[in-house]
Amino acid sequence: MTAGDYSERIPNNVDLREDRRLQRALESWQPNFLDWWQFMGPTLPTRDVYLRTAINVGREGWAHFGHVAMRDYRWGIFLADRKPDRRIGFGQHKGEPAWQKVPGEYRAELQRLIVIQGDTEPASVEQQRNLGATAPSLYDLRNLFQVNVEEGRHLWAMVYLLHAYFGRQGREEADELLRRNSGSEESPRILGAFNEETPDWLSFFMFTYFTDRDGKYQLGTLKESAFDPLSRTCEFMLKEEAHHMFVGTTGIDRIVERTAQLMVENDTDDVGPYGAIPLRTIQKYLNFHYSVSLDLFGSETSTNVANYFTAGLKGRWSEERRSDDHRLTNDSIMVDTVTDEGQIGYTEVAALVGLNTDLRREYIGDCQIGLQRWNRILAEAGLPQRLQLPHIAFNRRVGTFAGIESTPDGQLLSTEEWQRRMGEWLPTDVDKTHVRSLMRPVHERGKIAAWIAPPRQGINGKPFDYDFVHLA
Amino acid sequence: MQVEFRTHPSRYRHWRLSIDGPIATVAMDVDEHGGLVPGYELMLNSYDLAVDIELYDAVQRLRFEHPEVGAVVMTSAKERIFSSGANIRMLAAAPHTWKVNFCKFTNETRNGIEDASAHSGQTWIAAVNGTASGGGYELALACEHIMLVDDRSSMVSLPELPLLGVLPGTGGLTRLVDKRHVRRDLADYFTTKADGVGGRRAVAWRLIDEAVPRTQWASTVDARAAQLAARSARPAGAGIELAELEKTRTDDTIAYRHVRAVLDHDRGCAEITVSGPACAPPADAAGLHEQGVAFWTLAMTRELDDLILDLRTNETELGTWLLRTSGDPALVLAHDALLLDNGADWLSNEIMLYLKRTLKRLDVTSRSILALIEPGSCFAGSLLELALAADRSYHLFGLFEDGPAGTSPAAVTVGPMNLGALPMGNDLTRLQTRFFGDPEALAAAEAAVDMPLEAEAAERLGLVTFTPDDIDWAEEVRIAVEERASFSPDALTGMEANYRFAGPETIETKIFGRLSAWQNWIFHRPNASGPDGALRKFGTGQRADFDRRRV
Repeated sequence: MTAGDYSERIPNNVDLREDRRLQRALESWQPNFLDWWQFMGPTLPTRDVYLRTAINVGREGWAHFGHVAMRDYRWGIFLADRKPDRRIGFGQHKGEPAWQKVPGEYRAELQRLIVIQGDTEPASVEQQRNLGATAPSLYDLRNLFQVNVEEGRHLWAMVYLLHAYFGRQGREEADELLRRNSGSEESPRILGAFNEETPDWLSFFMFTYFTDRDGKYQLGTLKESAFDPLSRTCEFMLKEEAHHMFVGTTGIDRIVERTAQLMVENDTDDVGPYGAIPLRTIQKYLNFHYSVSLDLFGSETSTNVANYFTAGLKGRWSEERRSDDHRLTNDSIMVDTVTDEGQIGYTEVAALVGLNTDLRREYIGDCQIGLQRWNRILAEAGLPQRLQLPHIAFNRRVGTFAGIESTPDGQLLSTEEWQRRMGEWLPTDVDKTHVRSLMRPVHERGKIAAWIAPPRQGINGKPFDYDFVHLA
Repeated sequence: MQVEFRTHPSRYRHWRLSIDGPIATVAMDVDEHGGLVPGYELMLNSYDLAVDIELYDAVQRLRFEHPEVGAVVMTSAKERIFSSGANIRMLAAAPHTWKVNFCKFTNETRNGIEDASAHSGQTWIAAVNGTASGGGYELALACEHIMLVDDRSSMVSLPELPLLGVLPGTGGLTRLVDKRHVRRDLADYFTTKADGVGGRRAVAWRLIDEAVPRTQWASTVDARAAQLAARSARPAGAGIELAELEKTRTDDTIAYRHVRAVLDHDRGCAEITVSGPACAPPADAAGLHEQGVAFWTLAMTRELDDLILDLRTNETELGTWLLRTSGDPALVLAHDALLLDNGADWLSNEIMLYLKRTLKRLDVTSRSILALIEPGSCFAGSLLELALAADRSYHLFGLFEDGPAGTSPAAVTVGPMNLGALPMGNDLTRLQTRFFGDPEALAAAEAAVDMPLEAEAAERLGLVTFTPDDIDWAEEVRIAVEERASFSPDALTGMEANYRFAGPETIETKIFGRLSAWQNWIFHRPNASGPDGALRKFGTGQRADFDRRRV
């Protein structure tokens, strides 16, 4: 491929045409990526899909729509525009110019952070690869593929950083990102949550609402990074991530709406026989995905994260809106703990080591917004039932609560009682079987499955019955 | 303060060097007011770095300028005192880095003295004509033969432990048991007895070789010197004058004829470039003698030696040294060949021994050393040793795209010089050390002798660490240097010292490893250098107040 071909095939604003190192790196990586997409990407054969392709970072440029064959999707490399004279906003280097190159001092840590972030991006594509076969509508199918190609692009974004800034080691890590696979016995994805297959569309929406939201918060902390290319990459990724949140939020909206509608119409809580998902089951899926996603934020205290902050590698959510000194060397924070008496409580730690807790709390606050939406739908339907976020100690396997069991209300349970009653709060085989039984594909234009309401509008001003996907 | 290592007998303040046929006498006569730093007087032939710099100069000159000298008598020009060792007030006041660097240099000089006795046919005799304590006795221990005047008051002693709460720092403990085979229990007793031991008991315990009555002192020393000089195969005739090294030094550069260093204080590194020979070597040993001090290998080695000492002492914050070479590898190999082919020639022998000692200095230097092998370099034979001495090497794969036209890719060449003439302190070659316990890899590398090896082949043979290409080169090197600069300098020094000396222990490796590491730890402990420590209380009339817990 010539330099010219690159810019055509790979939309970018990183001057790929001039960058020999990147060209060389991508030359070997791109065919592997396409192979990976072929073998690990969506399994449903399609001719083309109405997709958004980012072709530049301007408002117009990243919302460029058209029908494209997915294998020809132009995965671009985009960084948000560079802010002149950007300064480091926190940690010991606060006030110094942001880094345009990787400081040798932090090479290993930065590389690790980027690899971990990068590893999650293709993982979700792998987890969701079989969902196309059971899509409830062409609209939803299209959204799934949009999420998939954008996760693919996010992988590109991380690979770009590895290729452009981390030399040979970076290239090797980029190759490894394609060699690890979700659920693989030999080389699984780095984070456990990304090794579970997404079995059904309720899980998919829950995943995009809760787990992708974890990604949003991780990206938000990396957006603050002193390493400017990482910051700018994440800033642009966050725009795309917002669409994934939208898919999750509105997907659950529409499930709740359909369930509420059938509950009112039939005056029953048990909408299963009417081909919908009972509210109780929605709550159980929510409990599961929320609690698993809380685990992704790690332990309550972390010296690694403290070091990342002090070094300027990873900030806090909305760092610039915080009113403290942005160094935190003298501050403290109350973090969750299990007390010596075995009760759920708080303990005071240095603010720097409590940053995981800080980020998890920001996330929890954000999750709450979705709950308000869904409960408004229930209220508007005239129903008294409400969905709720389970207690922070519920079903946790990471951190201080990993050693205890609790109800969604935060009541402590013995292990035996937990074993006996967990089916009340988490999806049982019966629940899963029911949900799976509803997963029948609806691949006709303008039609939709019975367990979910249609969206209020299509995509990019197109109506719901637009031909979003042409199957092969 | 900038320490200068270049000196000349005409400028000595502390030693008197005299030559009488095959016998040289090096008499210690320390000028009390001649210390390098204000704040102490060099009483009783005690020494500081200034004194040792002159001793090093004398050792070197005897080897190169005096082929006729077969024995060197080290003695004292003062009454009743040979030497009282390193000056205590200097040690007590000196910062830790200074003490460590001082001990390293003094150790290297004493090793050089032993090297002269062992390999140059220039045997050193300690004529201990008064008490030799601490470092004074350690000077004697570096000599091949120790004579002590038997006047019922002159003693040899190692009083550091009982008096100062530290160890003898220049190899004393090691040489007692490993070199002189003093029994360990006697050595233990001797090292805790501040007064020391003299006379027949000192002989019986092997602390000295002979105790000589005062009346027979002069004649016995002369006889012994003549006897040892007679063993030497060194020829009579003129030597090579070690003319003053031409050196220009600024804050940012140190430049000699063949060696040049750019001091990058921002990045904390020194970029050192060694240039290969500009033309072919002379045809034979006679031509070598004719070129003398201008002969490339000797000239380059002197410059590198001075540079290492300068950087180690004066530029402690330049923690990484980047080594490059520039020139024609074939000419380096040709110079090597001339030296190896004339191994029986005293000058040729001295040059190789000097190169060996200088490379050993590199091995014990507490700096991260990275070799950068680029087109136009000449890492071949003797200069390949620089890359082998480095902690890591980067060998450019292919060419720099914007490099000069007509160059060929960088290659390294194993030469005959790498196969035994330049052993490390562990008595192994750098190749043997590199491939310790892997005889196949060693054999493969040795079998590649005289073949220029480009990056891929060099990496395959394990001769270089990384082989980035043009696209990656600058970034890989930058990151390596920056990363190195970010680590704890102490931990790096410890790591490097551990990895550089794979394989067996020798007296040298024990001195630079075991002895120095323990000494540096003890130096740093409050029991030595705290306000109530022994080193600080010495001479105040007060006793040290020790923390009694064993660590």
